[in-house]
Amino acid sequence: MNDKAQWVWERTLQLHRKSPEMRVASSLSPIEILVVLYYGGFLKQDPSNPFWDDRDRCIISKGHGSLCMYPILADLGFFDSLELDKGLQEGSFLGGIPDPIIPGYETINGSLGHGLGVATGIALALKTKKNDSDVFVVTGDGELHEGANWEAIMFASHHKLDNLNLIVDNNSISMLDHTDNIISHSGLVDRLTSFGWSCVEVDGHDIVAVQKEILKQKNTANKKPKAIIAKTLKGHGVPGLENASLSHIMNPKPELIDELLENLIGNLLEKK
Amino acid sequence: MNIKPLPMRDVFLEKIWNEMSLDPLIFFVSADFGSPVLDKIREDFPDRFINVGIAEQNLINITAGLAIEGYKVFAYAIAPFITMRCFEQIRVSLALLSEVRPMNVNLIGVGAGYSYVVSGPTHQCYEDITIMRALPNFQVFSPADHVTTSSLFDGCVATNGLRYLRLDAQVQPVLYPLKPPVVTDGFHLHTKGEKVCFIATGFMTHTAFKILEEINKNGFKVGVIDIFNLTNFTKEGLKKVLESYSAIVSFEEGFRGRGGLDSMLFEFISESKLNLKTLSIGVDPRYSFELGSRHELHEKVGIGVQSALKKIQPFVRTIMHEIKE
Repeated sequence: MNDKAQWVWERTLQLHRKSPEMRVASSLSPIEILVVLYYGGFLKQDPSNPFWDDRDRCIISKGHGSLCMYPILADLGFFDSLELDKGLQEGSFLGGIPDPIIPGYETINGSLGHGLGVATGIALALKTKKNDSDVFVVTGDGELHEGANWEAIMFASHHKLDNLNLIVDNNSISMLDHTDNIISHSGLVDRLTSFGWSCVEVDGHDIVAVQKEILKQKNTANKKPKAIIAKTLKGHGVPGLENASLSHIMNPKPELIDELLENLIGNLLEKK
Repeated sequence: MNIKPLPMRDVFLEKIWNEMSLDPLIFFVSADFGSPVLDKIREDFPDRFINVGIAEQNLINITAGLAIEGYKVFAYAIAPFITMRCFEQIRVSLALLSEVRPMNVNLIGVGAGYSYVVSGPTHQCYEDITIMRALPNFQVFSPADHVTTSSLFDGCVATNGLRYLRLDAQVQPVLYPLKPPVVTDGFHLHTKGEKVCFIATGFMTHTAFKILEEINKNGFKVGVIDIFNLTNFTKEGLKKVLESYSAIVSFEEGFRGRGGLDSMLFEFISESKLNLKTLSIGVDPRYSFELGSRHELHEKVGIGVQSALKKIQPFVRTIMHEIKE
């Protein structure tokens, strides 16, 4: 899976180089999380039948930061890899922010802070239908400032939705700054625990650790919804971008972007 | 036939209870808002009734999640809260998401207009028609009595779609004692008139009838239409009815000139190339903290019988004289 994560990282940068309007920094922090979910055997899905009733639902709430989902979904066969070359163009379904016209996407997430609430409704529906599929939600940490998340967090533990699995891509940076300088999310594990969730923290770039924690939670029957706070770096692996407080909106002139991208490719080759 | 007027919400909830006992795919979600009939639903269907608490954003999110998983969802709260507190949830996860994920969602908002008389402007609702009709994929229902409310129910269960029902919190007189209106028409012509037609919705349909009595005393014969589907009425049908008139007066218990029923009708007139003069009877666009009965409050904001008559009488007179000349 480490190789797969590296491959997704490369493909994500290539997609961004081709379509610079696509956000890249927030798409580099959740790569390992998504690789574990999609390649680690946790998501029961059928790419040829994206709305198969017995699938595990995966809601990518951090819409802006899921450019890295495009190569993953194409690789798994949700759509043709040739579509990746058409991103953002007229007639393509791969937009700057993904929509559920893309096979493999469940809900609308361009506007932040909606994914967890809708996922909670899905988890309730599955429980009521006695469908034992799991619901995974990947959110950013910035969007947890939206109060509706906390309405869902209260609801999920009260109703013992242990089929609901939240993974926070905690890169600690929102659009304009580190969240510590906006409204801090320090103590997120304690907060979720006190709200009745089963919650742990993990290095979100450590594939083995992420896999281990998801598995551990999956095998724990305590009737609690589960959360993993994955500590990550925005712009992971890209010098100048990584952990920069304005990485989300850095918008250098086109020629500077070209230069930066050439450097990135150089770095990639060096790594290899 | 004499039918006892009933609370709109109880009639609707009774129908939901009946249907829930037949259809295991119906789910009811409340934002801590009740009614005696709702107690029955809560007790008899504990696995398909959930009170999310005072949390309308979550009410809509939970509704959306249930709906895309195949449940037919009725979500229930006070009208201003179920529309405005959670408007972006409604927009994103219902109106927008329904473009790609089929769903059946019915938002029941109780407390149209001034029906929460003493609770003041937070609980009163003068903007919901405007904001809910802004959303594609949503139908906006605004019944004037419990008979219409009851008739609207069947369509809510039978077909996928998104609907907002603005129900009055008080018992209203029966407008359809003999037989219910044809819900698919979206409107009903009660009284044919000459030259001028009143088009009213919800509580204001009853006001329109009271004003009609006064206008009749002047010897003028005016038509009255009750419009209860503000988005999906039959356009050809309404056009055909209005072609024989020279003017309309719109009546709504919502802000005047702010995108509500009046704007909808002006758009319709323009689109249908109808040659009609218009007068809008709606709430003066300002907020007020005054107390009084519903009728007293209506007089203060320009939609009571007397205050509306002051605008309507000269308007009707002018139209009638223009015709004579």
